[in-house]
Amino acid sequence: MKFITIDKKNWAKGIEKSRETYRLFGPVKDKNGVFIRTLEKDMLPDMTINDSIMSVKSVLFPQTEKILFTTLDEAKEDHHIMKRVEFDSSPRAVVGIRPYDAKAIELVKMNFDTDDYRDPYWCDAYEATTFVGVGINKPGPFDFSTSAGTGPFSESGLDVLMADLDNAYLAKILTGKGEAFMKSCGFEKNTDEKESQALFDILRKEAEKNISSHIDTGKLKGKTVLELHEAPFWDDIAFACINCGTCTFVCPTCWCFDIQDETKQKSAGRFRNWDTCMSPLFTKHATGHNPRDSKTQRVRQRFMHKLKYFPDKYDKGIMCVGCGRCVKSCPVNIDIREVCKIMNSYEKNN
Amino acid sequence: MENPYLPYPVRIDNIEIATEDKSLKTFKFVFLNPEDEKKFSYQAGQFAELSIPGVGEIPIGIASSPVEKGFVKFTVFRTGVVTSHLHNMKIGDIMGIRGPLGNWYPWDKLENKNVVIIGGGFAFTTLRSSIIYMLDPANRKKFKNIDVVYGARSPGMLLYREELYEWEKRDDINMHITVDGTNDPTWKYHKGFVPQIVEQNAPKADENTYAIICGPPIMIKFTQPALVALGYKEHQIIMSLENRMKCGIGMCGRCNIGKELVCKDGPVFTLEQLNKTPKEY
Amino acid sequence: MDTCIQKIREIAFQLLDKKEVEKVIGFSNGTIPMATSPITIASKQDTEKLVFNSTCGLNLANYIRQQKGKIAVIAKGCDSRNIVTHIIENQVKRDQVYIIGVPCNGMINKSKIKSLFEDEIQKFEEDGDSLIIESSSKKEKLKKNDYLRENCRLCQHRNPVIYDVLAGDLVKEQIIDVPYPDVEKIAALEADARWIHFQDLTKNCIRCYACRNACPLCYCPTCFVDESGPQWVGKGQDKTDINTFHFLRAFHCAGRCTDCGACAEACPMDINVRDFTRKLNKDTFDMFGWEAGLDLTKRPPLDAYSPDDPNDFIK
Ligand SMILES: Cc1cc2nc3c(=O)[nH]c(=O)nc-3n(C[C@H](O)[C@H](O)[C@H](O)COP(=O)(O)OP(=O)(O)OC[C@H]3O[C@@H](n4cnc5c(N)ncnc54)[C@H](O)[C@@H]3O)c2cc1C
Ligand code: SF4
Ligand code: SF4
Ligand code: SF4
Ligand code: SF4
Ligand code: SF4
Ligand code: FES
Repeated sequence: MKFITIDKKNWAKGIEKSRETYRLFGPVKDKNGVFIRTLEKDMLPDMTINDSIMSVKSVLFPQTEKILFTTLDEAKEDHHIMKRVEFDSSPRAVVGIRPYDAKAIELVKMNFDTDDYRDPYWCDAYEATTFVGVGINKPGPFDFSTSAGTGPFSESGLDVLMADLDNAYLAKILTGKGEAFMKSCGFEKNTDEKESQALFDILRKEAEKNISSHIDTGKLKGKTVLELHEAPFWDDIAFACINCGTCTFVCPTCWCFDIQDETKQKSAGRFRNWDTCMSPLFTKHATGHNPRDSKTQRVRQRFMHKLKYFPDKYDKGIMCVGCGRCVKSCPVNIDIREVCKIMNSYEKNN
Repeated sequence: MENPYLPYPVRIDNIEIATEDKSLKTFKFVFLNPEDEKKFSYQAGQFAELSIPGVGEIPIGIASSPVEKGFVKFTVFRTGVVTSHLHNMKIGDIMGIRGPLGNWYPWDKLENKNVVIIGGGFAFTTLRSSIIYMLDPANRKKFKNIDVVYGARSPGMLLYREELYEWEKRDDINMHITVDGTNDPTWKYHKGFVPQIVEQNAPKADENTYAIICGPPIMIKFTQPALVALGYKEHQIIMSLENRMKCGIGMCGRCNIGKELVCKDGPVFTLEQLNKTPKEY
Repeated sequence: MDTCIQKIREIAFQLLDKKEVEKVIGFSNGTIPMATSPITIASKQDTEKLVFNSTCGLNLANYIRQQKGKIAVIAKGCDSRNIVTHIIENQVKRDQVYIIGVPCNGMINKSKIKSLFEDEIQKFEEDGDSLIIESSSKKEKLKKNDYLRENCRLCQHRNPVIYDVLAGDLVKEQIIDVPYPDVEKIAALEADARWIHFQDLTKNCIRCYACRNACPLCYCPTCFVDESGPQWVGKGQDKTDINTFHFLRAFHCAGRCTDCGACAEACPMDINVRDFTRKLNKDTFDMFGWEAGLDLTKRPPLDAYSPDDPNDFIK
């Protein structure tokens, strides 16, 4: 494994240089909080913040994305024949993301890249993107990533993992993509592998020690879907919910979407927009029948998907990386950690 | 792999009014590019997304049969935005078809078995596809007895009437056509609801008999006990679900029942499978 | 506050004990600092879970529709006005709700407090008029009155306008000379600047509709943004569609909005959607002398005919 040190004095220049090859994305402070945005010229990723309101998922999966288009003008030869919107396959890099977000991308990949179908929009964007993460030295009080299969220095899904050492960044190159990005920045100062790894280990342990929030999912696997689904606690959990879907929009692992056509004069576009299982429209049949008509059913779907259906289906752990975003953003404070506790400790006959 | 969201362009080749109240029409489509027809190779029981640019897409069961070549057919009930638009389209119009999607009736498992097909109302589309497939000379010997119970409100509401009456005349398929009621004195078939006709006419189950049911929820609800009374086990009852769908390829997330995605892992399930999942359909 | 909580619990206990109501809707402690969560209590043992403090910024009138049997609800001044609006609009019957009125000293502006800290707030306590807030790097003691939500700062109806019982002593109402300084400020802008103000206001909107769903007024079975035939508004992130949602929602609230602030409180993007509704509140006040939810006998002005209507379209 290769390690590189980057003097923070050279950081801005290096990032600027990488623009010759890459389109950059990263955390940006805005009036309403921190977002992951395109870094326009001279903008640097904010490496200091602990997390962003919205996750990195939008870089590969924008909230609204035009996927197909055609003309409705019958005078044109190819009218009504849909075509893919041109895709910008030039390399992109997201710089400064948090390790749990990268892990989330690995989870979302299981949905968009399957043996049967490949979602070309998500997958092409994924392939074009280099993920440059930075470890979290001081995890916040809502970060429960270590008990959600990742952690403040987790490497899964990243091409480069950096550690913030006050005056410098120490970068661990994890993939060829990562190496190419560092090279494009002109960051090439190798350091000793053993020493660097030791430093990473210390930082990781220190950070993990600071994590004060945990969930226990150990007993979920042993329970049947129907046992949990029919459990009596869902009405109480769901009572406060206002079905806004914020929990799913801010979540880095939620992937649900809607497909909508729009027309402007003679041109037609097909768009996909984020959607959410918390909305009644999500499942409503044309007949008016709705299999998840009540908010209890919808709230249950969200938690069952994350903590039961997904783990059962893929055997890759829960569909939550413990970022704590939904915990903080939910207007009525429905907390996945509490729900997980209730589900995990539920025994049918008492 | 190809872009699974990109529909194959098709031309509307024919439109037939399917029921007397004109709420259903059967659309026959021809692929603009003949090679697309090969790519769209399907099995009876699958569905497709009918794609009208600028309007939207809808999942519709494939009513034509794999043994019918040169076209694909769908029978569509007019209800909302896309279906209404489709009903107003004309022969010659260009649109798209995406698919085939989903699984199909378990034709391998049904070989050398008695098959009972039970349909109600306009949920007879993939059942038509199945019957045509089984009756095809190349396939008929693969199956033992074939029984069909099909009911609608009135004679004029039965889909594919000409074909039904043709099948009725054959001796390699037992038809039990029924209507809820009719004033037509010449009506020679059953009168009564589907569950009742099933109870009276469907064969008793042995381990080599399977039932396929498609129909409105209320019909399914009352037909199940009738089948159980006839000795059908959960794994011998095969059903096709209709959940709201968008992508049809297991990605948009809305059609799930438990961990199963109806669009990709279904729409065809046995009652045994369904009884293990939440009843969110 | 603490005596008020005791009182709320006692009242709730009695109501459930005597089976006067099926359940009590109130607030419970949150799982994170500065959070409380709406809760429904059906058994008297659980009344200990009820709390009330300066973080109870949501509006419980939003939770009383379509309930079976008689329910009790905790109501601040603004909540009670929305209950009045519900009664006028036939969403609940007066005898279906038992109103536990809570005279209010205002709710805190959580985002303003968060902005004082670089890192996450770990602890929040209220001690009379002070707020004690801690993060891992610092501790602040703040005067609550300096950190009130703007709607609470300008509120002239802190006491419930309708109630069956009070869980505290009535408070002195504020006299506000300029009740709409924010609206006036925006109105004073040039047209272009005003447009930019609103564009900038909604620029991070993710169309989660938390603002709509937290609002007691927004109870339509199908909201115009969700209607598909005809489809009034596109579903994506197009600016025009986002604006259409906000403008039209504000109009639908005209003459009904109590400025309870639940919409802004619920917004995950911290967007002050009250910039839209307050303009219309001001208009209905200026034109009709109307404030929503004060009178059980009068329908909102846009919903009623009067021969002395200030506009002449009727004549
Ligand atoms: C596997 C399967 C097979 C089927 N086979 C048949 C068949 O053979 N024949 C048949 O007639 N029907 C069939 N259906 C039912 C058919 O798909 C629906 O009747 C059809 O989708 C109705 O579409 P619509 O646009 O006319 O209805 P609408 O009520 O307008 O809406 C349904 C569709 O419009 C969109 N939509 C509507 N409202 C909203 C909203 N508020 N927000 C977002 N999107 C919205 C969605 O795309 C939705 O799918 C089948 C369904 C399934 C799942
Ligand atoms: S469920 Fe909540 S905590 Fe888990 S990944 Fe999603 S937003 Fe983060
Ligand atoms: S939790 Fe809901 S929105 Fe998120 S991926 Fe699952 S079904 Fe979709
Ligand atoms: S964010 Fe909270 S209130 Fe909104 S849908 Fe999710 S759980 Fe419900
Ligand atoms: S709550 Fe906020 S983000 Fe959500 S729709 Fe309203 S203004 Fe937009
Ligand atoms: S619009 Fe906002 S302030 Fe007005 S009543 Fe609704 S939630 Fe309260
Ligand atoms: S329709 Fe999209 S997942 Fe089934």
